[in-house]
Amino acid sequence: MSNTLILLIVLVIGVLGFFAGRARAMAAAGGDRRNLHSLPNYYGANTALNAIVPAGIALAVWLIVQPFVINNTVSGMIDQEAIAEGSSLGLIMSDVRRVAEGLDVAVAEGAMTEETAADMRTEFTDVRERLAEVGVALGSGVTSETLQAAQRYREMAWTGNWLKTLVVIAISIGGLALTWRLITRDYRARNVVEKGVLSVLILAASIAILTTVGIVFSLIFNTYEFFKLYPAADFFFGLNWSPSFSGRGQSSQLGILPLLWGTLYISLIALLVAVPIGLFSAIYLSEYASKSVRAIAKPMLEVLAGIPTIVYGLFALLTVGPLLVGVFGEGGALGVTWMSGGTAVMTAGLVMGMMLIPFVSSLSDDIINAVPQAMRDGSLGLGATHSETVRKVILPAALPGIVGAILLAASRAIGETMIVVLGAGAAARLSLNPFDAMTTVTAKIVSQLTGDSDFSSPVALVAFALGISLFVVTLGLNIFALYIVRKYREQYE
Amino acid sequence: MKDMIPVDRKMSTMQDSKISARGVQVYYGETHAIKDVSVEIADNTVTAFIGPSGCGKSTFLRCINRMNDTIDTARVMGDILIDGEDIYDPRVDPVQLRAKVGMVFQKPNPFPKSIYDNVAYGPKIHGLARNKADLDEIVEKSLRKAALWEEAKDRLDKPGTGLSGGQQQRLCIARAIATAPEVLLMDEPCSALDPIATAQVEELIDELRQSYSVVIVTHSMQQAARVSQKTAFFHLGNLVEYDDTDKIFTNPQDPRTESYISGRIG
Repeated sequence: MSNTLILLIVLVIGVLGFFAGRARAMAAAGGDRRNLHSLPNYYGANTALNAIVPAGIALAVWLIVQPFVINNTVSGMIDQEAIAEGSSLGLIMSDVRRVAEGLDVAVAEGAMTEETAADMRTEFTDVRERLAEVGVALGSGVTSETLQAAQRYREMAWTGNWLKTLVVIAISIGGLALTWRLITRDYRARNVVEKGVLSVLILAASIAILTTVGIVFSLIFNTYEFFKLYPAADFFFGLNWSPSFSGRGQSSQLGILPLLWGTLYISLIALLVAVPIGLFSAIYLSEYASKSVRAIAKPMLEVLAGIPTIVYGLFALLTVGPLLVGVFGEGGALGVTWMSGGTAVMTAGLVMGMMLIPFVSSLSDDIINAVPQAMRDGSLGLGATHSETVRKVILPAALPGIVGAILLAASRAIGETMIVVLGAGAAARLSLNPFDAMTTVTAKIVSQLTGDSDFSSPVALVAFALGISLFVVTLGLNIFALYIVRKYREQYE
Repeated sequence: MKDMIPVDRKMSTMQDSKISARGVQVYYGETHAIKDVSVEIADNTVTAFIGPSGCGKSTFLRCINRMNDTIDTARVMGDILIDGEDIYDPRVDPVQLRAKVGMVFQKPNPFPKSIYDNVAYGPKIHGLARNKADLDEIVEKSLRKAALWEEAKDRLDKPGTGLSGGQQQRLCIARAIATAPEVLLMDEPCSALDPIATAQVEELIDELRQSYSVVIVTHSMQQAARVSQKTAFFHLGNLVEYDDTDKIFTNPQDPRTESYISGRIG
């Protein structure tokens, strides 16, 4: 029986449990809900939960454990000496699984009966041919050992599946029955449901945390693999980035510094654009704008934040790049030849700055609004003008929060990819000219992993090392920003 | 009630009125907050505004230094004259006016700066000091007047927010008098303070009377009786009665004043 069907049955049992529990509670109360400890629905929910949750957990555990058990048993059948040169137990086991799946398909399509599949011997039947008839292609002929292992595999999987179905449904019904029996007038169903709600919330929170941990660990393991193939010192201090996809890994030069330089340079330009504009617009919106202007301008500014970054990338590529070439390029308005192509640090930086404006302005706006009105009154009451008040009282008071906002914006700039891929070019170089094409860590991660990559070569694995370096940088910035923001909050609350 | 009134209160030489308000009306949007208030406030006098919450006494106070201008929906009509000059005249710069009419707020609101910078704030923006030594002198003088110098002189570079509540309020008073105002408005300056700090601030208010015209809004009738020479009683946006403090508290003319000071309305 398929897992979906089992789950469905369990859910149906749960729904039945809901009504059974509710009915029993009502009966125990003599039909008057006021006699009950909890509302009748709580008794129902409690019964349903006990019917569904333990069964669900059992199903999940079974799904994880069963393949392990079968694999271990079946691989025990395979003679160590039968493993051919250049092969391994793992390869044979994947053959076994393929044959087993092929037999499943053949049986399902009616090409052979269950008995034939179970009793088939390589001496009498060409298994490869028979399976090819139903569309399962095998790389090589099937040895008798593999076939036997596959048949054993099928047998165990079949038994396991039935056992699983029975056990899960039994647990479900058991849970229902046990809870149902417990229900009396004074049974505290409400408190049990409360615990259920709590565990759902904890589960959700831990999924988010575990995902982070999982991502970090996958980065760490792959980075470790990379450093086994490529010296760490060359990676962190190398001044050249020239991966050679064709040759052996050793001929590639994979230094992170040119990429890190590109990342920081572009982020710097982006912040130089975003911080003043974002901050000034936040000051205007929170201090000067009338209510009606604010009601229109603020959402409009925040729409900027909703534009996908790839659209910004197109804007950089098609509009800003050519515009800059028209000014700073050869034959341009200034008569200088600083810029040779549309893709440059400046292009990506400007556009990324525009992307960050709503980010900076919206956070700063909240922070400026959090400065108590008493500060403004105090300053205005001393005869300060509005802008003096903003400059000398409000901004200093809001400064820690604004710094936090800027740092958060910076960590977004460092992690930004699409604008850079389209706007900054692909050449990794250490240059001070903002009109040169450069590239960033994120853009290189993309280019290392797109296309036909072989995950055992340093040229592909370097992406993970780049990823974790970037992760460490942005994590550090985020922690620093949060620290500052939190410190600021303590002042006024 | 009598025991609250200091016996030796001498009226200072009454000059012509410093502030005179004529037919002042204030609207917050549709709400008519102040209804036709006329009052003459003398120099070198402490004038107390009393009345139940929402009676308009703070609103009226905020008219005197045009702080109501910072509220979009507020409209002020009628004339308010300081030294015979209409402060709502278009030629009057409200920013300059507020330097001349200092204000102390209900809750101490020192800026998140050092004690020194808090006091030096006003003189700096108005260019009152020629040099650093001048500024130092203004700061010291203001802190001395606010009776804070002895406590603060060793920690001038520490943040003003680190002082106690009463000290903070005296810092705000020092900050207000540093711009050399002629009138000092105080909006319930002691409502956030404990009794000891309140006593200190009240003592200070009495001293400030020598140099300024002080207008104080208070919820505490005892406080009004202790510190003021003149008292105005507001009720529902009307100025009900305005007279010498002694008279208001001993022999009020209006039955509403009588009810309020004896605790029947409020």
